[in-house]
Amino acid sequence: MTQGDGGGSPPALRTAGLGRRYGHVWALRDCTLTVPAGAVAGLVGPNGAGKTTLLQMIIGLLQPTEGQLEVFGETSHANSTDALARVSYVAQDHPLYRDFTVADMFHLGRAMNPSWDQGVATTRIDALGIPLKRKIKGLSGGQQAQVSLAMALAKRAPLLALDEPVSSLDPIARLDFMREVMAAAADTGVTVLIASHVVSELERLCDWLIVLTGGRVQLAGPVDDLLTAHQLLTVPRATRDAELPGFLIHRADSDRHSTVLVRTDPARPAAQERPGWGVEPVGFEQLVLAYLQRPPGTAADDPAQAATRPGPATKEVTR
Amino acid sequence: MFRFRLDGASGVPPYLQLVHQVRQSLLLGYLREGDRLPTVKDVAGDLAINPNTVVKAYRQLEHEGLAGGRPGQGTFITGTLSPATPDTHNILRASLEKWLREAHAAGLDDEAVTALIAVARNDMNKEKV
Repeated sequence: MTQGDGGGSPPALRTAGLGRRYGHVWALRDCTLTVPAGAVAGLVGPNGAGKTTLLQMIIGLLQPTEGQLEVFGETSHANSTDALARVSYVAQDHPLYRDFTVADMFHLGRAMNPSWDQGVATTRIDALGIPLKRKIKGLSGGQQAQVSLAMALAKRAPLLALDEPVSSLDPIARLDFMREVMAAAADTGVTVLIASHVVSELERLCDWLIVLTGGRVQLAGPVDDLLTAHQLLTVPRATRDAELPGFLIHRADSDRHSTVLVRTDPARPAAQERPGWGVEPVGFEQLVLAYLQRPPGTAADDPAQAATRPGPATKEVTR
Repeated sequence: MFRFRLDGASGVPPYLQLVHQVRQSLLLGYLREGDRLPTVKDVAGDLAINPNTVVKAYRQLEHEGLAGGRPGQGTFITGTLSPATPDTHNILRASLEKWLREAHAAGLDDEAVTALIAVARNDMNKEKV
């Protein structure tokens, strides 16, 4: 349950310069990030940003082309049993055998996973009122998602990776699914990685955030730190980017004023000291959307790390 | 048992929403000293909210002296927030009405008054930080 105070225990996930190429195209490159054990991390990005590529390397289905990847301090090699045992995975389409019953699926899960806990699986499914004897094809989409989740949790892996798990579900089924995930996180301390493009739903779920666009990490870190490191300013239209109190992330110009989102730089004069400037804190969704709108290729490095790096502002400006 | 709610569109961070609800319920008398708050797991599973957010809210309440954890038993309300007395209400209301009349006399309409109050409150909150 507690986060980041594991007394030197390794993070759930650590990557350095991680990249994956398909032919001549890099699906993901220069990916350097850390997710502590016990965190619930949101992985956000448009389609084709590299989310699934990153997830598939983490769960051991895909071999990195370059860079390092550690899950709980152990280097992951694709298709090794060790790597597969450390991570549970729920795919977007909840792949289940349609003609199997729920009980059959659990039997299969038990046969394939040495650490399988049958009690975890059946207790969850009972509590949700899903009959064990029902065939998968007779279940609603939400129930199928719950069976996939119950199987992932019964595997008792310390990292749970969810790839767009609720994108095909109705709002109530989505809420029910996420309730189960959050209760499990509270109960077992499992680290959760959720890939999603439903930004509005992530705020309540995540304490850690990773934004990917164009195969690059745009933003990564603890949500609270990221929010306090940014400001939303209303400034006169004539204000030059260099006068801003930090790195410009997003700028919208009106006739007389501009709304800008900046990552504040302690080395520059604070916006509060400028008469006539409006300064507001940044909300979760605003922050994510601002980074998603940056053109790909503008973040050569991890901005969250750059923010803590001393030195003059570089020309990391986007318009 | 006390139950929290969450408004995803309010713009208030989720942990603060939980803190506000406990404070408000104390003011209204819905929560009293000695009441047990739901467990972190129950809140996380009920609202589909990050358990670390609930922990953070409970820590904030402990910091404010409003709640405290008892090992193995849960988190309990330990403090009270005395609601303003009717007298205080009347005094504040009288001075507010006087101010509103002045504002209207100066040509401010309701919208301008609301905007001015929001700006003033915002500035005061900033000073507190």
